[in-house]
Amino acid sequence: MLQKKIPLAIVLVFGIISAIQYFVPHPLSQEYYDTMLKWMIGVGSMAVFLALVSFLRHHYVRLKVKEHAPYSAVAILSFLFMTLVGFIGGMGPGSIFQKMFYYVQAPLQATMFSLLSYYMASASYRAFRAKSFEATLLLITAFLVMFSVTTFGNYVPGIPKTLEWIMAVPNMASKRGIAIGVSLGSIATSLKIIFGIERNWLGG
Amino acid sequence: MRAFFIKLANLNRTIIYLIITLGVITPLVVPLNLGQKMSPPTENLYTYIDTLPKGSHILISADYDPSTLPELQPMLEAIIKHAIIRGVIPMVMSLYPEGTGLGIQACEKAKEELGARPDTDYVVLGYKPGFSAVILGIGEDIKKVFPTNYSGVPLDSIPAMKGVKNYKDIALTVSLSGASTPLAWVTYAYTKYNEKLATGVTAVSAADFYPYLQTGQFVGALMGMKGAAEYEYQVNKLLEKNGFEKGKSVFAVRGMEANSIAHFLIMLFIIIGNLGYFLSKKRREA
Repeated sequence: MLQKKIPLAIVLVFGIISAIQYFVPHPLSQEYYDTMLKWMIGVGSMAVFLALVSFLRHHYVRLKVKEHAPYSAVAILSFLFMTLVGFIGGMGPGSIFQKMFYYVQAPLQATMFSLLSYYMASASYRAFRAKSFEATLLLITAFLVMFSVTTFGNYVPGIPKTLEWIMAVPNMASKRGIAIGVSLGSIATSLKIIFGIERNWLGG
Repeated sequence: MRAFFIKLANLNRTIIYLIITLGVITPLVVPLNLGQKMSPPTENLYTYIDTLPKGSHILISADYDPSTLPELQPMLEAIIKHAIIRGVIPMVMSLYPEGTGLGIQACEKAKEELGARPDTDYVVLGYKPGFSAVILGIGEDIKKVFPTNYSGVPLDSIPAMKGVKNYKDIALTVSLSGASTPLAWVTYAYTKYNEKLATGVTAVSAADFYPYLQTGQFVGALMGMKGAAEYEYQVNKLLEKNGFEKGKSVFAVRGMEANSIAHFLIMLFIIIGNLGYFLSKKRREA
């Protein structure tokens, strides 16, 4: 029972104080704010540590499943290797840790993301069809945006201005609507968390 | 002819992949030298940094990991070089652990190519966990968030950090990101501390940031590979003018040429796909 009541009480008290603090320019309020910032950074650091423990636990469990075992073994070994290399050789310029990052991790991650272009090309070929009025409108807009973001688009009169208009008028109107909706949702969710109505963060 | 287009519309995906590969590789091997024209968001950022007084400080947050490196790393390198050439001091930090290594790499390049001196012409602050708390903390006292630079040297003893306490002493903060991190900078640094902000983002997320450009919450922005190429091209001209031929980079400019060809091919595929669709539809109706 207390396992839930104590965190709820902490959130209620600090949520209300922090909201009031924002509008109070008193030195005491400023001191509270500074202390909270230090705590937030400290808790953030602890969260990184927790994430590492969670990562190891997750993959340790998967090691027992034959299908996942090779991948989890690679994940755990890579983690241990990078940790050891970092502790022994340091992380400064020219270190093995840095070389592993620049020449292994960076190209691997960049390659994975770059593969998207192939899927994009294949999907656009098969799925981007003018099947209805709305689909045609989307197709024409996508066509104009795609052309204007190429270097060739710069040299066709009117194209850069068309891109700016699409981005600054219809795109912005919809984005702003979404942003306002999300913000109102965030405020409502924050209030629900502070007053203990929303308790999913406690684990259900 | 109709049969040909219908057949073409059902092309094997291996052939599509092969065409895209050739389209991407060719401009990287044989440069097209198309040149770059600055779009308004790029020009605004370039002009803002270009007109800062010498000795000003800018904070650059490399809020990305290597997956978005091809688009964002050239932005980081070009902004750092631009600032250093103009006598503006870039302070490079990251809200992502992997961003630290990428920030160091960009600074090392500036050191090698422009002869920039660490802790005098630029400062590497590194990574600090805490996200919003880090952004807010810099607004109070940067030395409380980053007591030392990445190498462990106390900020108080670093010449380039003299007189820098919080956002009031930082002329501009640039967040480079492949996600929505720049919006956190708007929420915490702009709204609470009135910090001038700019951003560099991947092309897929560029549309999300236009509302913040229109309101002036971002003074400028680099939108995807196009923004990176435009900025890089302009910085190259500046480097050439100042006799730093060695510092010139064509990573983004070449990348943008490859990108343009890939886009062009995708547009062509869409046309062929639609032609095949309409012709086969007509055949079914007939």
